[in-house]
Amino acid sequence: MTTLQAKQASKSGAVHGGAGHNDADDGFSDLHPAYSTLQAMAESNRCLYCYDAPCVTACPTSIDIPSFIRKISTGNPDGAAKTILSANIMGGTCARACPTEVLCEEACVRNVAEDTAVEIGSLQRYAVDHLMARDLPHPFKRAPKTGKTIAVVGAGPAGLSCAHRAAMLGHDVVVFEAKPKPGGLNEYGLAAYKMTNDFAQREVEFLLGIGGIEIEYNKALGKDINLADLKAKYDAVFVGVGLGSTNDLGLKGEDFPGVDDAINFIEKLRQTEPKSDMPVGNNVIVIGGGNTAIDAAVQAKRLGAEEVTLVYRRGAENMSATEFEQDLAKTNGVVVRYWAKPVAIKANGKLMGMEFEKTELDANGKLVGTGETFEVRADQILKAIGQKIKTDDLAGMEITGGKIVVDKNYQTTAPGVFAGGDCIKSGEDLTVQSVEDGKQAAIAIDAFLKSA
Amino acid sequence: MADLSCKIAGIDSLNPFWLASAPPTDKKYNVVRAFEAGWGGVVWKTLGIDPPVVNVSSRYGAHHDQNRRLLGINNIELISDRPLATNLQEIRECRKEYPDHVIIGSMMAPIEERAWKDLAQQIAESGVHGLELNLGCPHGMCERGMGSAIGQVPEMVEQVTRWVKDAVDIPVFTKLTPNITNILWSAEAALKGGADAVSLINTVNSIVSVDIDNMIPEPVVDGKGTHGGYCGSAVKPIALNMVAEIARTPETRDLEISGIGGITTWKDAVEFMALGSNAVQVCTAAMIYGFRVVDDLIDGMSQWMDDKGYTSVEQFTRAAVPQVSDWNELNMNFDTKAVINPDNCIECGRCHIACEDTSHQAITMTDKPEGGRLFEVVDEECVGCNLCYHICPVPDCITMEPVKTDKPPMTWPEHPLNPMRVAAE
Repeated sequence: MTTLQAKQASKSGAVHGGAGHNDADDGFSDLHPAYSTLQAMAESNRCLYCYDAPCVTACPTSIDIPSFIRKISTGNPDGAAKTILSANIMGGTCARACPTEVLCEEACVRNVAEDTAVEIGSLQRYAVDHLMARDLPHPFKRAPKTGKTIAVVGAGPAGLSCAHRAAMLGHDVVVFEAKPKPGGLNEYGLAAYKMTNDFAQREVEFLLGIGGIEIEYNKALGKDINLADLKAKYDAVFVGVGLGSTNDLGLKGEDFPGVDDAINFIEKLRQTEPKSDMPVGNNVIVIGGGNTAIDAAVQAKRLGAEEVTLVYRRGAENMSATEFEQDLAKTNGVVVRYWAKPVAIKANGKLMGMEFEKTELDANGKLVGTGETFEVRADQILKAIGQKIKTDDLAGMEITGGKIVVDKNYQTTAPGVFAGGDCIKSGEDLTVQSVEDGKQAAIAIDAFLKSA
Repeated sequence: MADLSCKIAGIDSLNPFWLASAPPTDKKYNVVRAFEAGWGGVVWKTLGIDPPVVNVSSRYGAHHDQNRRLLGINNIELISDRPLATNLQEIRECRKEYPDHVIIGSMMAPIEERAWKDLAQQIAESGVHGLELNLGCPHGMCERGMGSAIGQVPEMVEQVTRWVKDAVDIPVFTKLTPNITNILWSAEAALKGGADAVSLINTVNSIVSVDIDNMIPEPVVDGKGTHGGYCGSAVKPIALNMVAEIARTPETRDLEISGIGGITTWKDAVEFMALGSNAVQVCTAAMIYGFRVVDDLIDGMSQWMDDKGYTSVEQFTRAAVPQVSDWNELNMNFDTKAVINPDNCIECGRCHIACEDTSHQAITMTDKPEGGRLFEVVDEECVGCNLCYHICPVPDCITMEPVKTDKPPMTWPEHPLNPMRVAAE
């Protein structure tokens, strides 16, 4: 057990009336254990109930954070949950997966007052879990039926958020999902210890409680369905396909057994039960500096890899992984090596390791190799150097810089086709941003259909 | 360490901190623990005529803040439910074992001369330093014609005080109820009856909360609830005013005062004494935290006295009384404005919305070019109400700064806009 796990295990054991969480010591129990009622009461009372609060501005979905926290403090957690879900129907996942330390919690005025933000993410989870644990009717009502039907491509955060809001606005929705399960990266891409107890599936089930949404599984764009048919058959189309492809290192041997994309590794792990059935190397190298790289490295370590080395071509301050995530890697025993780039995959019948060249910035600030090299042995290499859009299925839409171009109303250059989530350029590849894209796109589609 | 010894109604006390007549002073076991903890005295839980009363089960209700801190407790407990002889025997033992500590006997009886005199004499014989007449209990006992049923009628307050004064030769404290229209009437009655001091306030009549699942006022006794006596820090402002009124009114200012009402910290105690109390009594703070709270009361008051250069409590007792005045004596030409220190501001926006929604629209909120928000006071609109100063979560971020003026002081009776103005010439 890691120090962090031990700390959390003792914390979760001491709480009163805590929501049940996975206590199994497989390294994949809750990263942040659920709050007990007592913890929620104490933390909610730390909120100053700011006016025009900075945390709301910092949230991509603009959740009215002071209002929901006040409702927790007055003993109205289900009201708090409705406040959250009215702005962000996937508030449960966002409470677990958001890098709150660079969003709402970074903006919290308590940071100025006493250097410790209100734990908004944990409070949000408390409220949403409280509501979802009760057998209540879906908290939102649908507007009178409009008779319009919208096709949504992709049952990830963007697609499902769009579907839910469109259903609320009175439209019927058919969602086409390439995989056998809904949730997108919530189901297949987030680290297991962030989404325990099958939360992604439970959240989708909750979301579908609005009614008017039908999901067709194993329907991949470009294979089983195509945009032209969807446009012809439905009143509007929303594309939330995410990023279907990954970047390559451009090295020889990249298809060698043992070399894999980190997101594939995480996807397999997420679908494996028990987690101990998931194979992992003894010496694992992870290439990259984002949250996916950290997720892969930490989970490899927790699966039992003896040594996990995360190699990043620049310094810690350049990593897109947040400081919290970087610390998580270190406290889990991941060795992090900065300023080095992979130059060769070493194999001798079987995967042996990788050769790296040290890097530095030249006088012009450009990243260059120093010529000095070193080797790290490995029997598994996981690449987390970014994903890219699969463009071949998106005929008729302008794509720039690897992202679908949309106007301020989320409409692509193909009339009647809207897009959102990781496949458009909305800033950051975050669940919470995808949820916002989907919600806003649904509102834009509603206006589009009414003006048509 | 400053000398905290004090004298009230002729009784010397090690310090001004006594435990009030209540559950914490119900028996020797508690009283011994209190004296060992450092309390200067106790007022024994109210004694009545045998047979002893019988109490109900479920006795306290609570007023919490949202963080489950107790702001106040109400109770429906009656007076001591132990035989009088048992209490008196334990009082004798405590007096013998703790000769330097004060014990006051609290008592109540029906409105009959013989009853009051006999009981007073019996208690006095146990060796108490003085007697306190419980004319305030607002629940249960009042339904039997005792407690506040007596305290709410000034003539009865005077009568009972006189009966007891005639019966014993030890100091008598008349304990007043706040559940009246004008505390001065009760205080003056006590003075006329010969009281050596008044103790105030007793508990405030109250319903503290309702069980909204079952629609019953709390505390619940088998499906029903009743009004009870409210105490704790929430009642402090009510008590301070009543103490100050007695201390500043010519007809009552000669009464010595044992101040009671939500005293929780040493600062509360200093405030009670500054407004007229010669000593103080505490109950709820001890019920919430235990007798050990006396340590902070003693240490905090002593530190403060050292810092201020006071060498005895008499030096600050009643020191704030001359500054308590009628509204009509306030200077209408005084003006103060809020000043926000941007260096301390955490940008929570609460001053802005409080002023904007509920006061004088005198605090603007603008975006700073470098990010964040700037809050500024519009002097022309600010009336100096103090609201922003009070709600700001950061100490010393908002201060109230008096405006320099050449105008001489002017009261409302002198003010030109007052239609009832007293002619100056």
